[in-house]
Order: sequence, then C-alpha cells, then structure tokens
Amino acid sequence: MEASRADVANAAATIEFQAVVKHFGGESRAGVDGVSFTVDPGSLVVLLGPSGSGKTTLLKLVNRLYEPTSGVILINGEPSTAQPAPELRRRMGYVIQQAGLFPHYRVAENVAVVPKLLHWDKRRIRRRVDDLLDLVGLPPETYRDRYPAQLSGGEQQRVGLARALAAAPATLLMDEPFGALDAITRSRLQDELLRIHARFGQTILFVTHDIEEAVRLADQIVVMCEGKVVQYDSPLKIVMTPANEFVADLVGADDVLRRLSLVSVAAAMQPLAGEVVLAEAPTVPHSARMRTALGTLLESGAPRLLVVDDDAAPVGTLDLRAIQDASVPHVAGRSEQVAASLAESAR
Amino acid sequence: MWYCLPTHRVLGGRVERRARCVELLAESWQYILDNQDRFGEAVVVHLRLSIIALLAAIAIFFPIGVLASRSGRAGAALIGVVSAARVVPSLAVLFLLLPFFGLGERPALIALTLLAGPALVINTDAGLRNVDPVALESARGLGMNAFQVFTRVQLPLAVPVVIAGIRTASVEVIGSATLAAFIGAGGLGTFITSGLTLLDERLLLVGAIPVTLLTLGAESALGGLERRLTPPDAA
Repeated sequence: MEASRADVANAAATIEFQAVVKHFGGESRAGVDGVSFTVDPGSLVVLLGPSGSGKTTLLKLVNRLYEPTSGVILINGEPSTAQPAPELRRRMGYVIQQAGLFPHYRVAENVAVVPKLLHWDKRRIRRRVDDLLDLVGLPPETYRDRYPAQLSGGEQQRVGLARALAAAPATLLMDEPFGALDAITRSRLQDELLRIHARFGQTILFVTHDIEEAVRLADQIVVMCEGKVVQYDSPLKIVMTPANEFVADLVGADDVLRRLSLVSVAAAMQPLAGEVVLAEAPTVPHSARMRTALGTLLESGAPRLLVVDDDAAPVGTLDLRAIQDASVPHVAGRSEQVAASLAESAR
Repeated sequence: MWYCLPTHRVLGGRVERRARCVELLAESWQYILDNQDRFGEAVVVHLRLSIIALLAAIAIFFPIGVLASRSGRAGAALIGVVSAARVVPSLAVLFLLLPFFGLGERPALIALTLLAGPALVINTDAGLRNVDPVALESARGLGMNAFQVFTRVQLPLAVPVVIAGIRTASVEVIGSATLAAFIGAGGLGTFITSGLTLLDERLLLVGAIPVTLLTLGAESALGGLERRLTPPDAA
C-alpha cells in the first residue's frame, strides 16, 4: 500500500522571488511591494504576517492565480510564466483554508482531480487515491465513497491535502490550511504535514498568521508587513533576534512566558562537553519548549536540568541563567536599557 | 367544476350536489371513451407543442443565462429586463404575436418558447453566479482551464437551480399550451374553448383535468431529477 517514493516526490523545486510587485487596481498601496527572496528546495517556508500583509497574495502569485504587476518568480530557474498557468498549477499542490473540496464529487473523485487532468489511466488513479488516503490517515474503504458534506472539518482538510499531493508535486502551496480547525485537530494535522514533508521533501510555502504554528512547522519564516518582507530567518532567530519592533510585537517578544513557549530547549541549552553528569538532576527532553523546562525547574527546585535526546541520552544542561537568556529578545534598535529592564522583569 | 367545491355542500342539497359532481366526471370520462381518437390526438398535440417549445427555449435561453452570469453589469441589466417581461400574461403574448405570425401551430410554438424564457434565463444566471467561489478558486488552483472549471465544477454545481428553472418553465408551458387552442393550434385547450362556447361543463373537464395531470407529472418528474442531481448534504 505504500506509495513508492519515486512516484511521490519529483525533485523539490527552488522558488526565487525577484523584486515582485503586485498592485491591485483601485488600491493606493501595493499588495506585494518589491519582494525578493529565495526558497531552497525541500524547505518548508512559512509566510507569516497579520491580515493584509500580502502573504496570501504572494502565495497566489506563485501559481499565477494572480499575475505580478512587475518582477519575476523563478521556479527551478525558469520564469513561472514560461508555460500556461493550468499546466504550472498541475505541478503544484494547492491547499486552502476551507479545503475547497468539490461538493458534487466523492472523496475519491476529489483526490483524483489532478491525475485525471493529467490523463492517468484508471487503474493507476485508483491505486494512487487509495495510497494517498492511507497517507493522510483516512482508511480508503471507509472514506473513498463519501461526499465532502459527510466529513468533519479535519477530515475535509485531510482530503484537501491528499488532493494537493495527488500528482506528486515538487511544490506545495498552503494558504492557512488549518486556520478553521479546532486546536487538537490542527495540531494533529501539523504533525501529519511534518511527517509527510520529512518523508517526501517537497518545497512547501505555508501561509499563516499564527506564530505558534509558524515556529512549529517552519524551516524558515518570512515575516511580512504591508506587502514587504521584514525578516527572513529561522524560527529561532525570528524569536530571539526580531529585526524590528514589528516582528518583536508579532512574536510577542515582551511576553516572557510566550517567548519561552516558542524557543526549544535544544536551542538554548549548554551542550555537554564530556563532563560528568549529575545523576540527581531532573531531565527534560531536548524537543520540549523552554516554558516546560522552566516549569520543571521551578517544580523540582533543582539548580539545573539535564537535557536528554529522543533516546534518553544526556545531551546538555539547562539552568536558570540560560532560561533568562532565552527570555530576553535582542530587538535591533532597541536600547540596552529596555533589554535590561526586560531581563529584570523576567527575574 | 364548482359543484365540487366544499363550501357549496353546507348550503344544503349536499347529496344531490355530490351526485351531480360524480355524474359530471362520469360523463366526461364517457366523452373521452366515445371520442378516443380526438382526445388522443389532442394530448399528442399538446405534448408536442409543450416539449418542442421547452426544448427550443432551453436551446436559446440557457446560453443566454450563461452569458448573463459571466458578464457582470450587462448581465444584471438583462436579468432586470427579463424579470420585468415576466409580468406580461401568456394570453397577451399569444395575441401580440398574432399580427406577425397569424394563426396555427407556429405562432403558438413561438409564444410558448418566449414564455419559457424568463424562468430559464433567471435560474441559469442565478445558479451559476451562486456557486461557491472557493470551489471555483480551488478548481483553478488545481490546474483546470476555464472550460474545465465551467463544465466540471461550476455547471454541475448550478444544475439543480437550472433544473428548477426548467421545472417552472415546463409548468408554465404546459399550462399555457391550453391557450394555443384560441389561435387554432389544437391541443387539450380545444375542449376547453368548445366547452366554454357550448356551455358544456363536461367538455371543460375533458380539457382541464388532463392538463392538470400533465403539469403535475412534469413537475414531479423534474423535481425528482433536481433532487438526484443535488450534491448530498451532511448525512
């Protein structure tokens, strides 16, 4: 039942934005205002920003649901306009917030849309649909013949994901796909997405306004504001060194507990340097968030924690000092005094 | 027919009136049995008029509805005009055409085709416009071209509303085809016109009851089709 890897992952695409501008008629400000950056093949890049920041517009420029006013988007070095838009789109998965399933198609027919457009033969489509439903955690025998209206929101979104993956696209575009789901379902689907990404390594552009979601999923985060890219960095850098007050606000840098819930233990610990490990110290997994570590530290009253990896092998230590460091942002342009007072309040 | 109305019953003579009503129906039935050829031909003509007019109307007005739905302002203006045209009574349409097309089946067909127009244009336009834009965007986003978006997503999702329009139109056409008898096109209306001239209630029923049955039949058949083509809601 496993989809063969060759069938699923075409070589992941590189996406390069070059001075991309999108101006909507009748609006004074450009929706996307001179955006340039490069998405490495196989990385999961989150476009993060408040509503109206241009992140969805930027996404739709990639599959040409919008055409740029000026500038170029290169996909594997080739301008996106080099081929007709429908053909470009068939090679990019597209997932949107309300799932956008076709209500008159059964689940299997929904998933089969792109393979049919590509004229796959019936048997191949059928096999592929079953593989994909398995992949997104919907048993094909149960779900194949249902209609979208008979599914929960989370199930619909799983079908939406399966449909986007159907023709093994090298690129996946996701526009707030989990935005309308409850917290538990959302977190489950985030895990599924990470698993699928780890397995097939597509290039993924993911739009969200939720910083927690961004930090959880992203290899890199693009922070957008008023059509411009404000910062393009790893999640850790975005949280630890926001480029300006806007990013600091967005990540809630001044809220100590919030910051601690965004930074992982692995990023803030002091790695073990061959020294002898204190047997007594309480442990914390390296994938946990700093907020959890702080809780463990306070609860136990121990001077420091032992950080362990997935196999419970010790990899580092964490004391109050390190947690304090992780709780103080280094906002560019903010005075030392403010940082100091923040550190004070953190204590 | 009025002998059958319940209000008359309380006025007394209940038994006689009911008896008269049954008698009348029996007489009408007898008339049909005695004139099977004439009756059969009238039904055939009536159906032929209705079906040809309806098919012609679909061929002409469905595309107009599609165009209206795709052309923002002009479309809205057209729908306004068509809605206004709807208030012109069937009989008026029939007689307005008389000077141009004379008597007979041809002007009747033209009139019936025109009568079916508004329901078809309005419903086609509304059905297509009201398709969820999210479905259309995801269709485009998945790589359907404009034609595929229309034939695979937009039209199938609009079909129930379009069929509802055909249903309304068919009721209107089958009913109005009765009036075709006034301009000599035949059909079940001939029994009604002669019934009126001869003051023969029996003949009135020979025309009216089959027309009613045909209308109800068309209505329920198309209603069933409409339900079958509507995507299922949450089970």
